[in-house]
Amino acid sequence: MKSLFNYIKEVVYAFVSLAKGLLLTLRYFVTIRKVNITEEYPNNRTTTISVKERFYGEVVLPHDENNEHKCTACTLCQIACPNNSIQIISKQIETEDGKKKRVLDKWVYHLDSCTFCYQCIDACPQDAIEMKNSFELSVYDRTKLIYQLNRPGSKLKEKPTVKEQQS
Amino acid sequence: MENQPTTPSPTELRTEEFVVNIGPQHPATHGVLRIEATLDGETVKDILPHLGYIHRGIEKMTESMPYKQSIYLTSRMDYLSAHINNHACSLAIENALGIEVSARAKAIRIIMDELQRLTSHELWWGSCAMDIGAVTPFFLGFRDRERILEIFEANTGNRLTMNYIIPGGVMRDVLPSFVTDVKELLKKIKGYRHEYDQLITGNFIFQHRTQGVGYLSKEQAISLACSGPVARASGVSCDVRKHYPYDGYEKLDFNEVIDYGCDNWARYLVHMEEMNQSIHIIEQLLDNFPTGEYRTKIKGIIKLPEGEYYQRVETARGELGVYIVADGSNKPYRMKFRTPSFSNLGAVKPTTVGLKIADLMANMSTIDLVVPDIDR
Amino acid sequence: MISMIEFTDITAWIHSLLLSVMTPTWTYIVELALSGVTALVVLLVCVIIMVYMERKVAGFMQLRWGPNRVGPYGIFQVIADVIKLLLKESFSPNRADKVMFNIAPALALCVSLMALAPISWAPGLTMWDTNIGILFITAISSMGVIGILMAGWSSNNKYSLIGAMRSGAQIVSYELSAGLSIVTAVALAGTLSTNGIIQSQADGWWILKGQIPAIIAFLIYVIASTAECNRAPFDLAEAESELTAGYHTEYAGMQFGIFYLNEYINMAIVSIIASTLFLGGWMPFHLPFDYPVVHVFNHIMDFIPTWMWFFGKMFLIIFFMMWFRWTFPRLRIDQLLKLEWKYLLPISIVNLLFAAVIIVLHWHL
Ligand code: SF4
Ligand code: SF4
Repeated sequence: MKSLFNYIKEVVYAFVSLAKGLLLTLRYFVTIRKVNITEEYPNNRTTTISVKERFYGEVVLPHDENNEHKCTACTLCQIACPNNSIQIISKQIETEDGKKKRVLDKWVYHLDSCTFCYQCIDACPQDAIEMKNSFELSVYDRTKLIYQLNRPGSKLKEKPTVKEQQS
Repeated sequence: MENQPTTPSPTELRTEEFVVNIGPQHPATHGVLRIEATLDGETVKDILPHLGYIHRGIEKMTESMPYKQSIYLTSRMDYLSAHINNHACSLAIENALGIEVSARAKAIRIIMDELQRLTSHELWWGSCAMDIGAVTPFFLGFRDRERILEIFEANTGNRLTMNYIIPGGVMRDVLPSFVTDVKELLKKIKGYRHEYDQLITGNFIFQHRTQGVGYLSKEQAISLACSGPVARASGVSCDVRKHYPYDGYEKLDFNEVIDYGCDNWARYLVHMEEMNQSIHIIEQLLDNFPTGEYRTKIKGIIKLPEGEYYQRVETARGELGVYIVADGSNKPYRMKFRTPSFSNLGAVKPTTVGLKIADLMANMSTIDLVVPDIDR
Repeated sequence: MISMIEFTDITAWIHSLLLSVMTPTWTYIVELALSGVTALVVLLVCVIIMVYMERKVAGFMQLRWGPNRVGPYGIFQVIADVIKLLLKESFSPNRADKVMFNIAPALALCVSLMALAPISWAPGLTMWDTNIGILFITAISSMGVIGILMAGWSSNNKYSLIGAMRSGAQIVSYELSAGLSIVTAVALAGTLSTNGIIQSQADGWWILKGQIPAIIAFLIYVIASTAECNRAPFDLAEAESELTAGYHTEYAGMQFGIFYLNEYINMAIVSIIASTLFLGGWMPFHLPFDYPVVHVFNHIMDFIPTWMWFFGKMFLIIFFMMWFRWTFPRLRIDQLLKLEWKYLLPISIVNLLFAAVIIVLHWHL
């Protein structure tokens, strides 16, 4: 008799426990408009999409309105990068007062091998580079992912503080 | 195996064992792990895991990289505990250099660690239910995990493989809204917890699939060097946060979750309770979140003094040990990781042999293997 | 009173039209072909709706939208998938048993389609109005496993083989309790013909009239038939986390598509049978009481056309099966068999006895 009672108890317990789960999924089913968690990505790229400001999308070298950047071609970022994603190509130029100076020629960024580890930006003493939160970076050919970050004709922004320190 | 193949008598039905390769591409292995299973019908007779399909040589790579750079590689070992892996490496280096990090950095590190543990356990919960055949929990797990990942994204810039915890503190300061964000998040997560119980924990089928299945005795757990929830579900007290506290865990009030059930159900309960404990830990830190420096400045090129250094932390899967042999240069002479999944993988065979093939999947999921963590 | 065009009128009209242009023998043959094609088309439309429905149900229960890219609300997703399957190459593994491998999907499909014959779609609309309709369906539905076994055996793949063997064990056992709950309904109705069973529910569905045994039998039938269709939580034959895809691991292209189609056709048939036996098929919802209010209610119910009742009930039961699938974890093979032999079978036997007592004592309404 006891075993029969246990048998019935088990069946009832099973039904109750399963019904609880069914109720949960039914609740989702009828209130999907409220509980939906997906984003309709390509449609919401200009509206509701949320990409955090700090999101590490790609390394950029910001230029100001005079087409000047802050990179002094010190190659510290190149050394800091674990994947050799950065190539700093510098050139010697002669300034007006006749001194020789190394300036940035090409800031080559290999986005295809970058792991977005932030170490280059951390290493840069001039805060010349930063991370942009762009994320639609894919292209059809990986050779197109090699960027030159400094714009043509751009030059180093003269920092008054740096000059004062030098003098 | 001691039973010799017996020649069957003509009246006897001749049966034969056969070998099934589960993986390297299989939905249940959650990665490229190959398990050679010897089956007798539905019953698993023997198991032989084959590793190395995702071996990337992280240990070897670190030998050719300065210390600072090698830390970011550790995020790729157990990608579900990326913060905690980084934490382990950073701690090892800090200990070697004798650096003390600020209180704020410690608090941020622990909050990130525990949030990471939450994400990992939530993902585990979903995939465990999926291995047992229910698909919906996977999405619920991801729903809650996503909220935490948003916090990571906002503060550390990355969602999966962050390089955030570095020697000397953390890479960047957290956002000013960090404390309120996390508090809101915890409220949300706590509100969702009853759904987990409603859908899976209380489910009759799930209970019968896990209770009494996958027995791993305390002795076996110890001799296989299991750690983390797997060992704690077998009654082994092994929480590194309790036994070898680091970065201020000793000041926090939390319980080491131990269950003596030794089966899948016990492992499930340990995971679930650990999530509660993580929430509890984070709440304590948020209540008086320290101000001050987030990072102690250290030299650009780290050179460890010659010697051997070992540091262990508790990841979401168990004990991660980092063993550094330094020769005085800026690169490690040898860096060895004692990863939890590798040792826990050993528990698959003793738990599974003699059970059905479906139990193999259930055991593998509650043992919570992350394949890149096995192979490194 | 709105005069509605009954299906019987349409069939009679077609019959006389055909008779006027050809001999009775040809009429018979053409009618056979016509009815077969019609049933197939209706069923395929149902399957398309079901596949779409399954995706939407799954999506909604999993907090997402389901298909919503191809066409408005994703309604053309199924069509896009069919086109994709048709364009894919159907290849067979190198060391497979080619003949069996290629026959298996077709066989499985034929068997499920055969079960359509005695189904009563609407008043007077039955392809084969035989007095052993239900018996025929039970006989046919247990043959479906042959296609699965053939597929699993001939694929020369261990996953497929395990899946097929599981399916065999499962269908053979669950036939029993499904059969016994059918017997309960048949005993209540007192006839084996589908039309007769539906007519016997004119004053109320069996699930209402038949007291507790009918409710239990209905539940058991739904559970057992879910298992017979290899649907989750009983989808051990294709348990994707264990056997990748079970018996149809090696199938590609439209051969896989046929197995997929077959699953949905089976679901449709099973739910049609459940609704025929317990929910009165195309019969409107009537209450078996003799009050004026009830008479008015019953009359109002008659205004809803029979096809709406038929498909409404069918999709209701299908919804239940989908709801189960997207909520429950999967059983293990020994638990599956334990559930059948230790729970469903004893309960349905006791239930049948109980029903017999009720019938003999005329306790049912
Ligand atoms: S983010 Fe990391 S990987 Fe990318 S360029 Fe900078 S240092 Fe290199
Ligand atoms: S970006 Fe910064 S670190 Fe890199 S070369 Fe320029 S100044 Fe130096």
